[in-house]
Amino acid sequence: MKVTILFFANFKELLDCGSLEYELEEGATLQKLCENLSGKGRQWRAIFGNAPTTVKASINQEMADLQTVLSAGDEVAFFPPVTGG
Amino acid sequence: MANPIPQEIIISDKPFDLNEFNQLIQANQGESGAAVIFTGAVRVSEEESGLTGMTLEHYPGMTEKQLASIIKEAKSRWHLTRILVAHRVGYLAPGEPIVFVGVCGLHRAEAFQAAQFVMDYLKQKATFWKKEHYAEKSVWVEAKPSDEKAAGRW
Repeated sequence: MKVTILFFANFKELLDCGSLEYELEEGATLQKLCENLSGKGRQWRAIFGNAPTTVKASINQEMADLQTVLSAGDEVAFFPPVTGG
Repeated sequence: MANPIPQEIIISDKPFDLNEFNQLIQANQGESGAAVIFTGAVRVSEEESGLTGMTLEHYPGMTEKQLASIIKEAKSRWHLTRILVAHRVGYLAPGEPIVFVGVCGLHRAEAFQAAQFVMDYLKQKATFWKKEHYAEKSVWVEAKPSDEKAAGRW
């Protein structure tokens, strides 16, 4: 199944990637997606390796935890803790 | 009854017109006995290596949803007759306002509390990220534990 992944702030800069169409197996969780992404290279591993605690994630614009199961067509986003205001 | 503001959320890459926002909150307050207004701005640094500006990025769509949810929560906790939350994105020079929160309530206690609640939640939950620019470098601002603590008290 295909999902869309968005990256924001320093993640976007470090990965040199703002968005990505990504293919992964049916029933995969957000955790599984992080594991897959961490295999894409050094910068990816720095962000997504080792049970990320500083990575925030959303699915379809709602905050989501790593155990959440993804569905085809989901809009997933990864970003650091927010710093607005 | 004070007329509510039709558009309660403004996310803009243009400088704020604070007079307009103040007017929206304070004009013809009707039954509202209290208006509280908060403005946050980019600090002006006096040091040589100081801040020269800031860029604010956000997650279009999600940010609006989160602000709407924060406003809904504030209205469920306090009797608010008006609320306006505005946030800048894009490049800002030192001294420019970043965020505006204005609320009207029947009494001052609820207006003060609601404004503080909205700011605490916004800082903790709304998908904005600041990048500070200095003469020699630019750095992404890191989240502060104190902001998490501030949001946790509500």
